Amino acid sequence: MWKLLQIELFKISKRPRTYIAFVAVAAIVFIFQFAFKADGQSYMDLMLQSVKDTFTFDRVQAINGYFMCYIILNTLLIQVPILIALIAADSISGEANMGTLRLLISKPISRTQIILVKFAAATIFTIFLLLWMAITALFLSLFIFGAGDMLVFRSKGDESQILLITRDDIMWRYSAAFAYATVALTVIAALSLLLSIFAENSIGPIIATVCIVIVCTIISNINVPIIDKNVKPYLFTSYLVGWKGFFYIGTDMDGKTIKGSLENWPAIRKSLLILIAHIFILITASVVVFKKKDILS
Amino acid sequence: MIRSVKLIQLLIAVIPAFTINAQDVNTLITKVKGNIDKVNDYEATARMITNVSFLKVPDADVKVYFKKPNKLKIKNEKGISFVPKGAVSINLNNILSGSKYTAIDAGTDEIGNTTVRVVKLLPEDDNADVVLSTVYIDEAALVIRRAKTTTRANGSYELEMSYGKYAAFGLPDKIVFSFDTKDYKLPKGVTFDFDDGTQNNRSAADKAKSRNGKAEITFSSYLINKGVKEDVFK
Repeated sequence: MWKLLQIELFKISKRPRTYIAFVAVAAIVFIFQFAFKADGQSYMDLMLQSVKDTFTFDRVQAINGYFMCYIILNTLLIQVPILIALIAADSISGEANMGTLRLLISKPISRTQIILVKFAAATIFTIFLLLWMAITALFLSLFIFGAGDMLVFRSKGDESQILLITRDDIMWRYSAAFAYATVALTVIAALSLLLSIFAENSIGPIIATVCIVIVCTIISNINVPIIDKNVKPYLFTSYLVGWKGFFYIGTDMDGKTIKGSLENWPAIRKSLLILIAHIFILITASVVVFKKKDILS
Repeated sequence: MIRSVKLIQLLIAVIPAFTINAQDVNTLITKVKGNIDKVNDYEATARMITNVSFLKVPDADVKVYFKKPNKLKIKNEKGISFVPKGAVSINLNNILSGSKYTAIDAGTDEIGNTTVRVVKLLPEDDNADVVLSTVYIDEAALVIRRAKTTTRANGSYELEMSYGKYAAFGLPDKIVFSFDTKDYKLPKGVTFDFDDGTQNNRSAADKAKSRNGKAEITFSSYLINKGVKEDVFK
């Protein structure tokens, strides 16, 4: 298994498209950092426009590395599934396209092993991509903007809230959020892998994955009660943003934040379990379909 | 005819009483101002507790800087703090600065166990933002215990103060600042929020209550008349 995994990782590392994801992430992060360095206060003014007459606060301190990373992740983690699909959707279909799939299954390894190794390789790629995001979006932002207390702007039902997390209470939240994001993006990898079994080239499964993610994300963000109740709970995209739950700090009865607390850990845990269940179902389906597949290419 | 004479007699009796009271409150305010005027500047260390429905923030250790005539700055040296604007602009020096108001004696009231003189201050400038200030003065200690201010544009403010070892300078140990606030609304479409299933089931009364904010500042120490640099007010 380990040898197979090494081979898969070697194949991924040799594909130019692998590095598209890293370049794309870096480009987006740098653009955000440049924009906020140049005129981040305008963004802050926009976010606080309804209370700027009532409160005064230090806007320069508010735009710090932690805040920047949150803003970047908020945007990036919607696009990153597409970058994951670029690699994971190529896993089986790429082999079929190059004519190596029949050769691969003729080796003394089971089809289950092939799927599990392909999935493991895609998961490792996902972890590396998130590590790259942590380096560029978090550590580079901390280097450029410095550290400080973090503001989180949030809509909750028909209300909006401003949460303030002190600087000594942030890093563990990012560690947990990146770990959660790894699980969330692994669902995309598993979905892409399943779709790649049905295709003879990688374009189809990549586009199919992207379409599924986009459509489900749009539905997840429609605020219509009937959809909220009957559709959203069944869409994996509703749980992709669960990493934000680590930044919804718990409060006491007076609204005072409690250091080290989470507002709703059971909801995060439930989301995490749903995502893990998705991975299990998608990988099981991949194994079943791949085992029954008549491989002609 | 007899009724007119009685009315004139009554007016003759009552008008001097009002005049004496008016003089009393002006003298009282002058004495209170005298206390406050002893302070040219100060730097204070304090803890601020903010209680606003949409703000979820921890208690903050802040520095409060003041310089005559009315410069006041509240700074969180270690992090970010949301400071109600009114807390800065509606301070005692602003309320009592100059003599551009008419003081009206509104009798006495009780704050805790202390009897206080209630004085209403009406600005002489018709265009002033402050419409009316009511101050509750502790005549024995010559300090203001409570001040209520109604403004044209920014709602109402209330300051409630308790005093300790700095009472001789008119400086409180604790200020509770109540103010009107609007609901906070995020611009649409800027966040994809995680819906954790919790809902706000707030009643209309709760929503109305949420439009009142409170900031509590407890002072631990003052450095009085030691000089404060202009830079801190920028």
